[in-house]
Order: sequence, then structure tokens, then C-alpha cells
Amino acid sequence: MTATATSAFADIGRSDAALRTFLHGLPGVDQVGAEQRAAMLGTRSIKTTAKAWAIDLAIRMVDLTTLEGADTPGKVRALCAKARRPDPADPEAPAVAAVCVYPSMVPVAAEALRGSGVHLASVATAFPSGQAPLDVKIADTRAAVAAGADEIDMVISRGAFLSGRYAEVYDEIVAVKEACGDAHLKVILETGELATYDNVRRASWLAMLAGGDFIKTSTGKVPVAATLPVTLVMLEAVRDFRAATGRQVGVKPAGGIRTTKDAIKYLVVVNETAGADWLDPDWFRFGASTLLNDLLMQRTKLRTGHYSGPDYFTVD
Amino acid sequence: MFEYAPAPESRSIVDIKPSYGLFVNGEWVDGENRNKTVNPATEEVLAEVAWATEAEVDSAVGAARTAYEKVWSRTSGRERAKYLYRIARIIQERSRELAVLESIDNGKPIRESRDVDVPLVAAHFFYYAGWADKLGYAGFGPSPRPVGVAGQVIPWNFPLLMLAWKIAPALACGNTVVLKPAETTPLTALLFAEICQEADLPPGVVNIVTGAGDTGHALVSHPGVDKVAFTGSTDVGRAIARAVAGTRKKLTLELGGKAANIVFDDAPIDQAVEGIVNGIFFNQGHVCCAGSRLLVQESVYDEVLASLKRRMALLRVGDPLDKNTDIGAINSAAQLDRIRTLSEIGASEGATQWSPPCSLPDRGFWFAPTIFTGVTQAHRIAREEIFGPVLSVLTFRTPAEAVEKANNTPYGLSAGVWTDKGSRILWMADRLRAGVVWANTFNKFDPTAPFGGYKESGYGREGGRHGLEAYLDV
Repeated sequence: MTATATSAFADIGRSDAALRTFLHGLPGVDQVGAEQRAAMLGTRSIKTTAKAWAIDLAIRMVDLTTLEGADTPGKVRALCAKARRPDPADPEAPAVAAVCVYPSMVPVAAEALRGSGVHLASVATAFPSGQAPLDVKIADTRAAVAAGADEIDMVISRGAFLSGRYAEVYDEIVAVKEACGDAHLKVILETGELATYDNVRRASWLAMLAGGDFIKTSTGKVPVAATLPVTLVMLEAVRDFRAATGRQVGVKPAGGIRTTKDAIKYLVVVNETAGADWLDPDWFRFGASTLLNDLLMQRTKLRTGHYSGPDYFTVD
Repeated sequence: MFEYAPAPESRSIVDIKPSYGLFVNGEWVDGENRNKTVNPATEEVLAEVAWATEAEVDSAVGAARTAYEKVWSRTSGRERAKYLYRIARIIQERSRELAVLESIDNGKPIRESRDVDVPLVAAHFFYYAGWADKLGYAGFGPSPRPVGVAGQVIPWNFPLLMLAWKIAPALACGNTVVLKPAETTPLTALLFAEICQEADLPPGVVNIVTGAGDTGHALVSHPGVDKVAFTGSTDVGRAIARAVAGTRKKLTLELGGKAANIVFDDAPIDQAVEGIVNGIFFNQGHVCCAGSRLLVQESVYDEVLASLKRRMALLRVGDPLDKNTDIGAINSAAQLDRIRTLSEIGASEGATQWSPPCSLPDRGFWFAPTIFTGVTQAHRIAREEIFGPVLSVLTFRTPAEAVEKANNTPYGLSAGVWTDKGSRILWMADRLRAGVVWANTFNKFDPTAPFGGYKESGYGREGGRHGLEAYLDV
């Protein structure tokens, strides 16, 4: 049944027309309703034991990220050390899920993370604009994988998507997925540039149909990054996709999530939208950098009953 | 599993007195008869409350008459507005106290009393405060006069909000009021009386007489009352209409409903499911305009039902004061009986009953969120108002059939339409015989929007500019 369903869905990618028919046949998203639902879930009150559990889970879900032109091997090594052991004062604090860097920094990070169990993600495919020829994107991807990345964060071509050239976007994802080999592929939709929730839902399905292992909101390089309602719509998409095909796809909001309070809101939305199966670092990640220190600070507060100053937590 | 730890709102902010009198002429007077009000979530007795006698109602109406003639009808609109603004601000300042007390006395979740009821209460007073000095521009003549003394009887489902719907326009237009809250939920109205004192409202402008049916009857049939406003059941509404027939009294009635929530196959399904849940499970379904009949287009029936069941399994039923509770307690043993009886009838008439697994507290009045599928227009659960968390699911094939089924009810308070097609929303709204038609949303309230019914859901409108008419001599 699942195999038949999957192959039926595989045919959709053959042409723009078939993709258009399918993607525009998905139920629409009512903007007001989706935002209200996200806002309501944001009022859930997560306290005491639930908060402690959520903070540890959130730490384990962080893709600790540095994507700056000014990145240096020293900076990346420091980040990797922090990823392995986020709180030097507390060995019980869990390690993060992954470190996320530019392809040129992958060799340094691979060396620094060896044997730690922390995944190594690299952005590729002409991040963040995606405006490069396909063969350059493929080469970018292959180089990152060859240097030791086991997760690739690619960007879709928003220009192609917005002008309705769905097959072009689909084929590109398929090609990058192929170039990834065993590495996991996260497909960045750049939802801030897609503008509508209908587009977010369609792009999510497009990325999943083309074989993405994760769908990710943003590069963090455009003004609007992850939002709660966008993540809600993407979580509905992965839930519905699994129901239809049997394949589970992960979700990664990235950019703009800076506080523990925000991170917990996201976990509540995961819990009450896609469900408990997604409450795992294999299926949900936070693309973030400053978030980690706030999580550690709140964790220490819960454990000790008082706040420590920011000087007690390491800068990356 | 992500288990949310208990997150109870503290009740230390409210100070419930062991016993309450009647609020007449700006003062507290002991009542002759007394009865208890309980917390429906625990059956704990909260306080003793007076049940006003005919003589006590008479003295309240007398106080309102004196205040009307000597003070309030001679107070300028601008001055009346100042009092209403002051009341609105005090409501905001004491919002947590009001929300906690409402949840304790009524059983509704604190999330709703905090985020819906109390903010709307303040908004109503702010809105009608704005009208008080602009009545000449409301379309009822250059200088419309108030009616006089209003006798107002309100239900237990939104105790404070219904009080605001009644008192704010009445005072803005220059009337004085005698208000009777429901016997199971008197406490927030009594706290509101304190707020009137705090706002220095002249004595007698607002009088609160607590009690049950006899008190209500004494109030609406009192010859000194010029205007009767009632929100509640259709049966009681009929009795009130009979009681005021042949008198000079003006009457508005806001009664029951059996609203259709209509989902077309092009609807935004996830949001429609939220709307279905909000339509019937908001406030435990104790909502006169609840979307208690779900009409789903046959082509998306399976998809909608599967989504609805998955969503219902997430509803958190329990302690109304827990900030994560979605569904609180049924307001009274009597109401719980009615819900149980009608549900049993639904099952015995052949509809299929389903509830998600959920554990209910041992004490208090509780009913699990429930849907009935395979319901037809001929079933009693598709016709009678249950006033509880019970949804009847029906199907339709064409827009015309949806309209026909939606209108096939003696009620006509509200309806919901879910579709991505704007023209169809307008086409439906033209044909649905309902006072409110929500499009791609449900149970949305705003002080600027008139609310009221067709047919046996009553007459008159509350809210907005239209809501002024009931309290002006026009």
C-alpha cells in the first residue's frame, strides 16, 4: 500500500503540469486561522518538570550555527567544542544535535567533532541566494559531503518556485539529494520570501516529494526568518505527508529563535500538530546560535533556583 | 511524551466572602432568602447568596427609578461616558481577579476567561462609553431619549460578558438598570457591583439582584420596569414575552440556537477543523451560538472527520484554573443531566457516538467532548439545543442542500461557512437565516458587531450601533 502510494506520488514530479495540479490541489491555508492557532499554542504554560524536560530536548535539537563571511577555523573549533559540551560547569548538560557551517569550514569542523556523535551540517547550493547554475550547486554539495558533512542544508530556487517552474525546483532537489549520497538533505524553503502560507505548504510538499529528509524555514539571511505559524504549516505538511506516503520528514525552523520561551512554544506546536513522534532531534531541529546560551541559563536556573549572569556561559 | 506539568492560576487573588447581599441603591442589603453557589469543578460551596424576593426586587426597581429621574437622565452623555470609561479601566486593572472568579464560579477554563471573556467585557464598556456623547449621530434622531429603567436577566454561560452586553449600552444611553445574574453564577456580577462603587457611579444607576426564576419573574413583570432584556433559553424567553405582552415595556430576547457550521470541499481543512472545535467545544459548548451541527460536504467527509478526531484527542479536559485546560466543567448538575439525556437519545436513535479517550475528575460536573456521526435532520440531537460539548455531524452534496439543511431549524442565531471561494461566502450569507454568519472563523465577538437572532432565537440586536436602539426611546 505504502509502496504503491509512494510510486504514485513519484509520478507527480514528471512535469510542471502534474506538479501544479497536485500542489494547487492541496487544501488552502487560512492566514488568520493559522496565526490564531499558533498564537493560542503560544499561551500554553510549561512549568517545572515539563520545562526541564523541554529545555534538555531543545538543547539536543540545536543546530549550532555560524554562517558569517568572517568565520575562521579558530571560531569554528570553538563552536565545535561548545557543541560537544555546551556547559563546562555541568557535564550533565546534553550535547547539541549538530554544528552548521559553510563548506570551506567543514574539514575543520569534521576534525573537531570526530567521535562526538554531534552531526556536521553544511549549507550548500550557493547559500543563501541559491542563484548559481545547477552544476555549481552540485559541486558545492559534493565537496561538502566529501569533506565530512553528514547533513546538507540546501536552498531552493525561490525565483523558479514563485514563477511556477515547479519541475525545475523539483529536479534540482532530486539532483542535490543524489549528490548528498548518505548525507541527510535539509531543504530550505526561505519562507520569508514565499510570502503566503499557501506557498509554504506547496513548497513543503514539493521538497518532500523530491526526497528532502528535512524541510527548513530559512537561511537566516533575509529579514523574515522562522515564525511560529510558518512552522505550524510545515508541521501540518509533514504530518499529512507521512499519513499519505508512510515516510517521515523532519522540520527545522531557523533564524530568530533566541529565547527558551520561544523554543518551548515551538515544541508545544510540534507536540500538538505533528505529534510526539517529531519530538526528537532526528525529526526536529532549531537552527540557532544565541538560543543555546539562553537554554543553558534557564537550565541552570531550574537546577539551582537562581540566575547566573551571562558571564557564566561561554561565548562561541 | 511531552507531559505538561500542572500550571494552576493562583486563586489567592480573589477574596470570596462567605455571604453576599443584594446591591441596591449603591449599598449592600441583606436578602431574606439565601442559597448557596458552588464551584462546578469541585462541588465545593463558594458562598451564600441572597435570592431576592418580590419586595426586594421592588425596592431595587424603586432605587433605579429614583436614580433615573433625579440623576442619570439629567447627566450629560459626556459625563456618563466618564463613568463608563472608568468602569472599563477598573475592569482591566482587576482583570485577573475577574477571570479567576469567573472560572471558579462558572467552570470555564481560565484561558478563556482570561483571553476572551474579560477582555471583551472591558472592550464593551470602552465601546459604549464612546457612544454616550454621540447618540445624536447614531441615526435615531438628533437627541434620542433613554427608555427609563431596564430590567435585565442574564444566563450563566458568560456571566460577566452578558452583564457587559446589557449594562454598557443601557448606561451609555442614559437608562438605569436592575440586573439579575443566573443563580449558578452570581459572583462576578457582585464583584462588578464593587467596581461600580469604586468608580463612584451614582447610587441606584446599577442594581444587582441575585436569585433564580422567581426573582427574574418578579423583575420582568414589575410595572416600574420600562425595558426588559433577556438572554437565555427559548422556553423562558417565551414566558417573558407573555409576561410583558400588553404592557408598554420594550423587549429584546436573545435565545437558543442550533447553528450549522458548513464545511465545503475547498475549505482550508486544518483551520476549518480548528473552527469546528472552537465552534462546539469553546466554553464547554455552553454557547447559544455554538456550531452544534456540522455540515460537511461529502467529498471531504472522511478527511475532515479524521482530522477532527485527531484534534479532539488533544483537547485537555480538567481543572478550569489550569492554564493549559481547554475544556472545563459543565456549569451545573442540572445541565449535565440534560446533556446526558440528549446524548443517550442520540445513541438510541441510531447515531454513532465518539469521544476521545480522556479521564474526567471524580468530583464536579464533567462531560467528555463528544461527536455524533450518522446524524440526520430527523434526529433530536440535530434539532434540539444541547448546550454542551456535543457535536452532531451531517453531510451535504451541493450548496443549495447545505442552505436548506442549515435553515431547517426553528432557531437562527448563527452559522459558519468554510470555503476558499469568496463569492460562495456571499452567496451563502445571503441565504442563511441566521443573525450572524461567520466566514472561515467561528465564535468571534466584537463590541462593534451587532448580535442577535432570527425566528426562535429571539429579536433585537445587541452590540454595535444597532445595540443602542433597544435602550433608546425610538
